[in-house]
Amino acid sequence: MLLSTRHLEAFYGDFQALFGIDFEIDPGEVVAIIGANGAGKSTFLKALSGLLKAPRDRIWFDGRAIGGMPACEIARLGISMVPEGRRLFPSLSVRENLSIGTHSGRRGPWTPERVLGLFPVLRELLSLPGNAISGGQQQMVAIGRALLANPRLLICDEISLGLAPVAVKGLYDTLPAMLAEGMTLIIVEQDVGLAQRVTQRLYCFQEGRVSLQGRSGELSRSAISRAYFGV
Amino acid sequence: MPYEIHRSTRTSRIGVPLTILGTAVLGSLPWWADSSTLRLFVEFACMLAYAQMWNLLAGYAGLVSVGQQAYFGIGGYALFGLAETAHVPPFLCVPLSGLIAALIAVPTSRVVFRLHGGYFAIGTWVVAEVFRLAIANVSVVGGGSGTSLTVMGDIARSTREWTTYWLALALAAGSIALLYGLLRSRFGLALFAIRDNERAAASQGVDIGSTKLRIYLVTAFGCGVAGALYFLMNLRISPDAAFGVNWTAYAIFIVVIGGIGSIEGPIVGAVIFFALRETLADFGTGYLIVLGALAVVTMLRFPQGLWGWLADRFDLNVFPVRRRISKSD
Amino acid sequence: MSLLGALDMLLQGVLTGGLYALFAIGLSLMFGVMRLVNIAHGDVIVLGAFLGIAVSAGAGVGLLPVFLLVVPAMFALGYVLQRGVLNATLGRGILPPLLVSFGVSIMIENILLELFSADARSLKAGGLETQSISLGAGLAVGLLPMLTFSAALLCTVALEYLFRRTPLGRAFRAASDDLEAVQLQGIDHRKVFALATAVAFAVVAVAGICLALRTTVTPSDGPGYLLYSFEAVIIGGLGSFWGTFIGALILGVAQAAGFHWDPGWGVLVGHLAFLSVLLVRPRGLFPRTRD
Repeated sequence: MLLSTRHLEAFYGDFQALFGIDFEIDPGEVVAIIGANGAGKSTFLKALSGLLKAPRDRIWFDGRAIGGMPACEIARLGISMVPEGRRLFPSLSVRENLSIGTHSGRRGPWTPERVLGLFPVLRELLSLPGNAISGGQQQMVAIGRALLANPRLLICDEISLGLAPVAVKGLYDTLPAMLAEGMTLIIVEQDVGLAQRVTQRLYCFQEGRVSLQGRSGELSRSAISRAYFGV
Repeated sequence: MPYEIHRSTRTSRIGVPLTILGTAVLGSLPWWADSSTLRLFVEFACMLAYAQMWNLLAGYAGLVSVGQQAYFGIGGYALFGLAETAHVPPFLCVPLSGLIAALIAVPTSRVVFRLHGGYFAIGTWVVAEVFRLAIANVSVVGGGSGTSLTVMGDIARSTREWTTYWLALALAAGSIALLYGLLRSRFGLALFAIRDNERAAASQGVDIGSTKLRIYLVTAFGCGVAGALYFLMNLRISPDAAFGVNWTAYAIFIVVIGGIGSIEGPIVGAVIFFALRETLADFGTGYLIVLGALAVVTMLRFPQGLWGWLADRFDLNVFPVRRRISKSD
Repeated sequence: MSLLGALDMLLQGVLTGGLYALFAIGLSLMFGVMRLVNIAHGDVIVLGAFLGIAVSAGAGVGLLPVFLLVVPAMFALGYVLQRGVLNATLGRGILPPLLVSFGVSIMIENILLELFSADARSLKAGGLETQSISLGAGLAVGLLPMLTFSAALLCTVALEYLFRRTPLGRAFRAASDDLEAVQLQGIDHRKVFALATAVAFAVVAVAGICLALRTTVTPSDGPGYLLYSFEAVIIGGLGSFWGTFIGALILGVAQAAGFHWDPGWGVLVGHLAFLSVLLVRPRGLFPRTRD
């Protein structure tokens, strides 16, 4: 097991956003998290990445309790997140946005050349500011930035949001290349059908709880629908 | 409807009448206290009013100004100008000086409101410095070494002291009443909305710009009156004394240590400030180091100040400005 | 005023501006990275000056050792102050950083008063202060102002390089854009901020020593220098070290012009020039930030 959470709770001040999430993922797996807005998906990812404080022993990564660790340390341990909304740095060029991903100094198969091989269109855009390119291109940079940290676990938070279908397809077509290098993936997706197609297992969040989980191919639409909306 | 809206709190039901009683007691002070006590109170009242104005600006409108001393000084010099040159009765000059300060705040706001946050803070400081340096170059008011208020010599000493004292009492009570009344009004609701979330407030139709401007003018008036009264008591004014940033430094300490964003906080803070000043007077600059360290520690550990901490722990609220919803039986 | 007189005034103003640029760059750096306005900035300049004076008098060493001792000491002080005190004020609105740095400002000023009294002091450099270089046609510039100006130029170039071409500078810029996203890259923002302040303090140390060489210093001078630094940054425009540099030169020239007209008006004209720029071009002359 690469990552697991045991009865994970999360609060924003007095407001409880997560009510005891149990989650696990093995090395090499691709797992989806689906759910409506406000279901707690982003909160869960924030807790995993360290942006939100969690109790120490509720999150385990590679045998270590990482709850409550600062986000920068968790990143250096090998968890990389492609955050919702891309969040590129406008003060940095595309090239710098990519290279900043190497900051954690982890060794691995992903180099700037390989990333550009994955997203060749970026070659022409390297000197532009991070926010001067299209949404789809920004998403490529955000993924590339996360890959360059050579993580053990890559988390993609709603990478299809706001993108045209052809751009989304282009992004998900790169998945096999990542998996070939032994990457483990958590994918948060709004598009349920897409989530089912590209992942092996699936968790559905609803109002801060896991309402459904199972093998992606085996879950019926009606079961997912019920779990998604909480009926 | 199953819910009720309350304004008064347990402590305000005793607190407000007690405050009015206390004010009445203080009003009788001239009959049984000596001159230096009266002077101390006048100073206390001026600093409290000035601090309440700073509190209103920073704690409620989110405008941190390190330049309110501009209006303190303008109030002082306006008093001197009106009394000495225009021969307006000195005690009448006090509120008039406040008005003059507010008038000058109008064009000033056009300039300083171009800045935001920390830069607004320092920008207001620059403006105060401009006033200080400009007046220091005007020889008619004594230039850099200042001038004295001679017309007060025509008034009997006890009349002078007692009237100044009562004006100070009015100022202190008035500043508290001003904040209380303002914050309980619709205008106060707008302020709270801006304080909590400016964008959301704007989307609800709150005119952020005009609200902030009005607060800025009101606080300029308040600081002007405080300055006028202070120099009425002092009888002597100079640019450095009038426009010194130390006034704002003291106000900041009073508000931060007492509790920002509440009406009771600065009162507590002013008492602490004066207590510290009297007890540490022999240590010279040491007391300012203590004050500075206290402000730093308070801001880091107890951002709500002493009153804020007490109010949280014991659920106190002497001057309630918010509405509470409760289920009716 | 003759052309020569005007040229001379311009020259003196520009050279004074060099010193102001040294003052202002540190402020610009701290604001650029952390959006933090350090109200103690002027007092830190004065602290640097007094440290230089104390080291020179106490250890009896020459000028170069003073720099070599004071600059790293201030670098360390900046790191510790940011890490220990100022970092805790960030992310909680505009009040805490302002109020805490205000408290620190009062503390520095009064601690210096306790240690050094209100007497004006300066740094002696064995004649360096009085040497001048003749430019012909009756114009001359002081050697010290020239060196100060060169130091300012060097610092501006160095900081631009640091910001635009080094990994640390990349971290600075990213942290100023998006604090959460920068942590996701494995960057410890607390260290990054501490380094920013450390670098700022190191430049301020150079500025303080140059100040003490050039004129007398008292513990209460801090606020005045804060205002000059701030005005230089605003005139030049936020987000650009070269902007701050030029803004400082403009301020120096404005003050020189005011002083020439009437000695009591020097600083005042500088303030008025700042307010004019604020009215006409609120974002400064060469702004670079996206705010």
